Amino acid sequence: MAAQTAAAPARSGVLPACLLAWVLPGAGHFYLGRRGKGLLFLGTIGALFLLGVVMKSRLQLYLGLEDPLALLFSIAQMAAGVPYFLARALGYEAGLVTAVTYEYGNTFTAVAGLLNILVILDAHDTAVGRKS
Amino acid sequence: MIASHLLNLLAFSALVSAVFATLLRDDLKSRLRFGALNFAAFVLSAIVLGWIMGPFPS
Repeated sequence: MAAQTAAAPARSGVLPACLLAWVLPGAGHFYLGRRGKGLLFLGTIGALFLLGVVMKSRLQLYLGLEDPLALLFSIAQMAAGVPYFLARALGYEAGLVTAVTYEYGNTFTAVAGLLNILVILDAHDTAVGRKS
Repeated sequence: MIASHLLNLLAFSALVSAVFATLLRDDLKSRLRFGALNFAAFVLSAIVLGWIMGPFPS
């Protein structure tokens, strides 16, 4: 009974927590009062994405079905949330395919987004009371 | 820009290990232990795979 009472207030914040977690890595955990985790996710995933952009990653926006791998890569990068769209808006979308670090950059930005998907799931589990 | 393969490997391993440790462990001590093991596994496996691929032509 006590556990149900404790989980009930968090349950109402499931959708905002997940949305915030997607918009900015760690923001969902901030919303749920897990500031330490939120800061760590923001710092690590933000650093991964930023390093990827600095390493001339291409920030792909491909939503077609002719090239499934390009679609998955695009979705992985978009999962990083605002940093992805901000970097594109600032003109970093093309990358530099001749740069030595181009493939590293692609890996860093895609992994940043994929890790943020795990963080969104963690925020969901925290919001519904499955995790402390 | 990080142009060193080793620095890229270390930075990637450290950042990803930190996220995994925070997601998969609950207390600080086990997070540090898991993160360190994860980091070592990333770095060592990359070095071993690189060594195995050494004889292959580029």
